[in-house]
Amino acid sequence: MKQKDMQLFRLYPLGDSAITVQFGDSIDEATHTKVRAFSSYLDRHPFTGFREQVPAFNTVTVYYDPWQASERGFYNPYTRVTEQLQHMLKVARENGKGTKPRVVEIPVCYNGSFGPDLEYVARHTKLTPQEVIASHTRGKYQVYMIGFAPGFPYLGGMAKKLATPRKQNPRPRIPAGSVGIAGGQTGVYPIETPGGWQLIGRTPLRLFDPNREQPSLLQAGDQVKFVAISEKEYWQRKEKSHGA
Amino acid sequence: MGLEIIKPGLLTTLQDKGRYRHQKEGIITSGAMDTFASRVANMLAGNPEHEAVLEITLLGPTIRFTEDQLIALTGADLSAELNGEKLRLWRPFFVKSGSVLSFGAPQSGCRAYMAVSGGFDIPQVMGSYATYLQAGIGGYQGRALQAGDFIPCNSPTATGIALFSQATGTTDGHDYLAATWTPDPQFYPNYKPNPTLRAIKGPEFELFSDTSQEQIWKERFQVSSQSNRMGYRLQGVSLYLNEATELISSAVTFGTVQVPPEGKPIVLMADHQTTGGYPRILQVVSVDLPILAQVAPGQTIAFEEVSLEEAQQLYIRQEQNLTQLAHAIHLKHSK
Repeated sequence: MKQKDMQLFRLYPLGDSAITVQFGDSIDEATHTKVRAFSSYLDRHPFTGFREQVPAFNTVTVYYDPWQASERGFYNPYTRVTEQLQHMLKVARENGKGTKPRVVEIPVCYNGSFGPDLEYVARHTKLTPQEVIASHTRGKYQVYMIGFAPGFPYLGGMAKKLATPRKQNPRPRIPAGSVGIAGGQTGVYPIETPGGWQLIGRTPLRLFDPNREQPSLLQAGDQVKFVAISEKEYWQRKEKSHGA
Repeated sequence: MGLEIIKPGLLTTLQDKGRYRHQKEGIITSGAMDTFASRVANMLAGNPEHEAVLEITLLGPTIRFTEDQLIALTGADLSAELNGEKLRLWRPFFVKSGSVLSFGAPQSGCRAYMAVSGGFDIPQVMGSYATYLQAGIGGYQGRALQAGDFIPCNSPTATGIALFSQATGTTDGHDYLAATWTPDPQFYPNYKPNPTLRAIKGPEFELFSDTSQEQIWKERFQVSSQSNRMGYRLQGVSLYLNEATELISSAVTFGTVQVPPEGKPIVLMADHQTTGGYPRILQVVSVDLPILAQVAPGQTIAFEEVSLEEAQQLYIRQEQNLTQLAHAIHLKHSK
């Protein structure tokens, strides 16, 4: 491998049935652009024995079946898959240039009972609730990874001034669709779970629906824009999203 | 036809080989904990590999068969009985309509698998039958079985019927008829209590202190009572990094041994989350995961180092063995 390529990525085994490809050492958009390009290339060009791939902040983990990948024991599976990945990494890099991320608008009602911690966040950040909403909807957020729960997006790009620590005592139940802040991160709860995030609003959209062809509304690599809606709109959209 | 659940047992769920291709959406793979026993159960029932099986944990259910049925039981010995008569594992059975399958005290292992010839008549969710308990999807209504459930079954496969015809004769006063043959146990994983599991170094192995690096191979760890399908928490020596390091979260998998800051390792099992941020000290080799799946809380485990190459050779050998077993079964039914 050329010296130049070495600096761009690193491959290491995650056990006998997966390989992690690491791009860079930090959480940033440039690194994630490489993650996204490789991740989508792999899904479009599965190799023999490929099971699935999981993109994260600075890695793509590739799961494979060593039996299939080795052509039933003919090749060394790790070497075989590594060679194919290295080839694909080159092609994906050339193909991946200039692909634009999908922008997904998420309507959020920041009113009253939907955002029980909005006042707290405003006090903590020394802003008015309106300023918190304005700042939260102004941002463009990068979906770095889906994890923790089905459809849960790890979003980057929240304004630093909105940072608010988690609640001391987590709530036993957070309704699906809740939009929250935890430290410097913002996110949306796809399913009802316990949690310690400061809740500032709720979306009528379903971030996770097992019966949809694409169960997770968001995919790693998407960009998210929050749009403020009224309570009336919330209930209208809510009915629509459940209105099958 | 189907199964009437009289008593549900401790944790009885429908599982299969796992739900793949959706981990990038945060959807865990789920699936059988002991994939060897579950695959062989399907083979013995004349099923394709992807069919759902019942995963039965420690204290088994009580089940009534509403029609004549071909079944196979593999994995842990949980004292299975049919109408009070002890059943032998790892072979096909014919059971008469109205028979009742029950379980007693666990004798060895932790999880038994039951396949019915033809499989269960339940819908796939996202390409899999596996029960995803935390999200309430897949399997039977997204949950563990309860008393009063009726689990519909498909008609037996032609392979299942042919396989079973080898066990000819009369039921001889019994309510079941067992095949006279069983796979050669030399093909099975080395199931035993308090096992030593083979593992390769994890991606962050070198970040651990010299002492911790030695201890992970030398010490024994006890599987704590806070262990389940998501992970096994291990009690014993605490393991530490050379210096506190914040890792960037990335994918984790079945068999990953990760160490949270308090130092007690956790082995991730079939219901593991898709990503994690704790340092990964080891990765248990795939062929030893069925052995780990049969370890009950309270038992101890140890780890033994193998290379990645050895781990993959073991994987290939196991697939060769299973292919051979499938051929042997095929010969039985084509005789």
